[in-house]
Amino acid sequence: MDWFDFILARYNYWIFILLMMIGLYVVFARGNLVKKIVGLNIFQTSVFIYYISIGKIFGGTAPIYMGDELDAAAHHGPDSGEGAGHGAEAAAHGATAHAGAEEMQSKIDNAAPGEETLAKETLHSKIDNSALDHGNDLKDALKTAPRPEEADSLHSLPDTGDKIANTLSHVDKTPPKAGLQFTPDGLTDAAGDAAHSAAVAAHGAVEAIVYTNPLPHVLILTAIVVGVATTAVGLALAVRIREAYGTIEEDELEAADDIAEFGHQPGAPAQQAAEGAA
Amino acid sequence: MISPAFAIPLSLALPIAGCFAIWLLDKQPNLREAATLITGALLFLLALIVFGAVGSGAQPGFILFEVIDGLPISFKAEPLGAMFGVIASGLWFVDSVYSIGYMRGNNEKHQTRFYMSFAVAISAAMGVAYAANLFTLFIFYEVLTLSTFPLVTHKGDEKAAKGGRIYLGVLMATSIGLLLPAIVWTYAITGTTEFTDGGIMAAHSEAVGPIAGVLLGLYAFGIGKAALMPVHPWLPNAMVAPTPVSAFLHAVAVVKAGVFSILKVAVYVFGIDFLRDTGASIPFMWIAAGSILLASAIAMHKDNLKARLAYSTVSQLSYVTLGAMLATSMGVMGGAMQIAAHALGKMTLFMCAGAIYTAHHKTLVSEMRGLGRVMPFTFGAFFLGAMSIIGLPPMAGSWPKFFLMLGAADAGQLAIIAVLMISSILNVIYLLSIPVQAFYMNPAVGDAKPQGAGGASIQWGALKEAPILTLAPPLFTATGAFLLFFFADPLYNYLSPLIGGQ
Amino acid sequence: MSIVAQLPVLPIVMPIMAAPITLLLPRGRAPHLWACLFTWLTFAACIALFREVAATGPISYALGDWAPPIGIEYRIDLANALVLLLVSGIASVVFPFAYRSVQLEVDQRQTPLFYGALLICMTGLLGVTITGDAFNVFVFLEISSLSTYALIAMGARRDRRALTAAFNYLVMGTIGATFFVIGIGLLYQSTGTLNMADLAQQLIGQDNRMVQAGFAFILVGMGLKLAMFPMHLWLPNAYTYAPSAVTAFLAATATKVAVYVIIRFFFSVFNFDFAFIGAAFTYVLLPLGLAGMFVASFVAVFQEDVKRMLAYSSVAQIGYMLLGLSFATVEGLTASLVHIFNHALMKAALFMAVACVVLRSGSHSIHAFAGLSKRMPVTTWAFIISGLSLIGVPLTVGFISKWYLLNAAFAAGHWYAGFLIVASSLIALAYIGRVAEVMLLKEPADDGKFVLPKEEAPLSMLVPMWILVAANIYFGVRTDLTGDIATRAAEALMMMAGGAP
Repeated sequence: MDWFDFILARYNYWIFILLMMIGLYVVFARGNLVKKIVGLNIFQTSVFIYYISIGKIFGGTAPIYMGDELDAAAHHGPDSGEGAGHGAEAAAHGATAHAGAEEMQSKIDNAAPGEETLAKETLHSKIDNSALDHGNDLKDALKTAPRPEEADSLHSLPDTGDKIANTLSHVDKTPPKAGLQFTPDGLTDAAGDAAHSAAVAAHGAVEAIVYTNPLPHVLILTAIVVGVATTAVGLALAVRIREAYGTIEEDELEAADDIAEFGHQPGAPAQQAAEGAA
Repeated sequence: MISPAFAIPLSLALPIAGCFAIWLLDKQPNLREAATLITGALLFLLALIVFGAVGSGAQPGFILFEVIDGLPISFKAEPLGAMFGVIASGLWFVDSVYSIGYMRGNNEKHQTRFYMSFAVAISAAMGVAYAANLFTLFIFYEVLTLSTFPLVTHKGDEKAAKGGRIYLGVLMATSIGLLLPAIVWTYAITGTTEFTDGGIMAAHSEAVGPIAGVLLGLYAFGIGKAALMPVHPWLPNAMVAPTPVSAFLHAVAVVKAGVFSILKVAVYVFGIDFLRDTGASIPFMWIAAGSILLASAIAMHKDNLKARLAYSTVSQLSYVTLGAMLATSMGVMGGAMQIAAHALGKMTLFMCAGAIYTAHHKTLVSEMRGLGRVMPFTFGAFFLGAMSIIGLPPMAGSWPKFFLMLGAADAGQLAIIAVLMISSILNVIYLLSIPVQAFYMNPAVGDAKPQGAGGASIQWGALKEAPILTLAPPLFTATGAFLLFFFADPLYNYLSPLIGGQ
Repeated sequence: MSIVAQLPVLPIVMPIMAAPITLLLPRGRAPHLWACLFTWLTFAACIALFREVAATGPISYALGDWAPPIGIEYRIDLANALVLLLVSGIASVVFPFAYRSVQLEVDQRQTPLFYGALLICMTGLLGVTITGDAFNVFVFLEISSLSTYALIAMGARRDRRALTAAFNYLVMGTIGATFFVIGIGLLYQSTGTLNMADLAQQLIGQDNRMVQAGFAFILVGMGLKLAMFPMHLWLPNAYTYAPSAVTAFLAATATKVAVYVIIRFFFSVFNFDFAFIGAAFTYVLLPLGLAGMFVASFVAVFQEDVKRMLAYSSVAQIGYMLLGLSFATVEGLTASLVHIFNHALMKAALFMAVACVVLRSGSHSIHAFAGLSKRMPVTTWAFIISGLSLIGVPLTVGFISKWYLLNAAFAAGHWYAGFLIVASSLIALAYIGRVAEVMLLKEPADDGKFVLPKEEAPLSMLVPMWILVAANIYFGVRTDLTGDIATRAAEALMMMAGGAP
């Protein structure tokens, strides 16, 4: 059942779409202002999930630089502080114990505050040999990671193939990034395959470690801040509306406005014309 | 001596300076009017300088600055524009004299605003006259519309507001809705809006050919000031304005700016030869002919003197449009001469109407029976003006009709000759009947009899004319219309570069 | 490191640092003066930037010294330098203007917050314009939007409907922004980069469904933000009930910046090799632009509230901008950019005139404008001149916009669009003429419903307003700054997008 696999393999997108639709539906269908805010939140959360899922790579480690110079790197950034240390610990743990991705994920969440700084820090620091050693271990693990049938179904998608090629060319074009490839490419399921190919392609010249892409996390942290702010403003407005009108039900608000303006409830002709035309 | 090239920008700036002077002299009416008259006299001199220079074959020009790349605000005097400049500035002076008599005689309010608007309007009219390209022409055309709006709504009552709304509405709608796209379209096709001898379309005939008729239609109706039916309603509605406004703006500046633009477009944008070759102007020739007859027919039914004159103007303006659309040299010549002749004739008629209103507060033709006996000079001038409009020798108006008929014959449009004849007959009926009734008929039974001086009953010699300042100008213009008849040949020679002559 | 090297970041850093300090200042004049000072500094920085870009070409600034495409890049070329100039310029005029108006319309306790929020709003708009990073656009967009919601809600002192208007705008704005983020996410998924210049490189040849979907999300999201017809429903209420100074600022800048983002994505990120770009021009922007021009103009004619009328007019004017760029020619893009600039000038002046009327009569209903020419002649003439500009009368910026648009329409062979443009200008004539007539010729109804203005608006409002009116005329006769720069910007953008489709 090709189509079944096709759908199943993209379960994260289905979750995203489902949440998005639920959120939008609530925003439009509910008259209560607070419920609208709730809908808006669901809608936004769906996007967060989407972003995080595109950054995930099967078998990818936490996007934290691993190596002996780790401490030095941590000390480099004066403000990376404790979070960085924590992240480093998690990374080291992940690398040696070949921990599952889910576990890694939770660790990364802990390390979140320092993550951004660290990611940049690692980028800018020199490639160091011990990292490559760890990388070899990882690479071995990776080679077994993609399940064969999945890889097949993915290969049948021309887009994926192109994209992988693209990623590879991207690697070649930009040597400074190589060796510390974040595999920016997206599709969760394709990622393992991509990383595999990338590793093979890069063999000899530069060695690649596969990390889970940190950038979506960074973006989503920002987006979460924006979302929280929006919710706060929205709820504050709802409070003010309740103070001014005594209700937060949309139809009652409209009725109150109509009565204030026209002295009767149904919309006046002018308003109707405006809305009708609009 | 001011050089002609410098006289052009000066004749735009001078009225604006005059406008400020009028504003500063708000509280001293005599000085204020003196400012108007001095400005008028100087402006006329400037126009004569340009006129003289153009007569000797020069084409003085002036570029203000480029607004958009390749689109400068620039001026260049050519025969038609120089003639229009002289007519507009000369008649502005005459009209200013008349305005003083009229506005004071009728105790109108806001006189300062009135004279200020007038000064801006004449500046805009001069801008139209000397415009070297469509872009400049359009700018001053719009300024003319806006600056005359306060004049039209001068009375400030509900009726004036309604008239003003239609005035502004029609003129702006046609100019922005049709004229502007026409100009931009021309620019998009030819890459220029410069008025060029022989037209700018001929060189792009492949691109223009299929849409020449459409484009010409945009110009013909877009220049709403030319009052080609059906975009004429602004003209009768603008008659809510005080009579000096009607006299000047709706016999000289505004309407003539309209037909002047039509002629310019026909001659310098399309080119007469191009129009004739493509036949694009034929439909508009018929529309102009229809406009001539229809407006005359409506004029016959108007009892209000100013309304009758307004429709007469609509009809007469279409003569110019007709001349342009005939696409023959004689037609263009007839149209150009009609601008001059009609300006003098119609201005006389309007000023007479104002004089009658000032002296007797009569506006309806039917009330004027017998009035000629107490106002012989006014109605005498009216008679001469009417003769000129009809086209009877020895008045100036006869020449344009003659050339138009020649043009129609050249174009092989014999029906147009018939139209011109019928129109003249209609003119006789609705224009000449007025002085005839005024001189020879007794007031209708039941009407209050017109009172002569000192309450004497109507009889010859018991005069009650308007004040001298309102009476002299129409007599002056009537004389002008008479004299122009004898100077048709110099005028023809002067205008001949328009039709390719030297 | 010299300050000149840091110039690109100054328009962002200065106001955003100044904004929190506004809150600490004592109530009264201090927050206002502080905010004014920083808008002027920002404006000066934007002028310097503009001159630099005009002289030497695009500037790239790596934020925090992280080299693009990894780090956030501020990239300033002529197109956004012009928009930067516009936003900061309008701000530097509106801020001084706001004082008296805000005194009346905003709760006294909130004024420090008000000026802080206004500064942040400006920062956000400048940030959207200046950044070369797709995700950064979203962040700045939300910075400006969030402060806008708060600013609009501050109009609640005069009319509680400001609250519902702000709430509705919040819901719509957030949906729009989130759509935009989804679009960015899809692009990121396909390319692995967020830097716009890098995106453009990586996207070459990727005309697949994911990119298409990303494009669609971005278009719809931005369409909501810029009030593209028929996604404009939030705008009339928001503009009507916001404090007058806020309306003047937003109407002149907020939607313009969103249009700029559309232009940036259409021409700099995507290019004409993508079939869907052409399709979006032909089947989305062109018809929606035309529809917006007409429907919104038509609705504007029947408004009893002048502010709401002008708000609908704004929706219509956005139609012109979209129409211009939908021609996908240098001329069309130029017309769009010119109109972005010019419309800001006229609409800001118009809303400022309304603010003056509100200050003196306490209402923005059309009945409050009756006979205003006698009581507030200076304000009246400012309104009329800007109104003429909106109609497109020669010697005003509106005419220049119309000329460019018409020329673009005819040159692109869309002659019917040319006639629709002028036809919708005539509707503008109807609604502006209606107000002008009431101001000039109607006697004020003496029924006690409205306060009859006793005096002209204060100089602190008249001077900024007339600066804009003068700009309306100046840029109506000189197009060195608008037309020529816009042409150069458009040529550069078209080159990036790969010429005519």
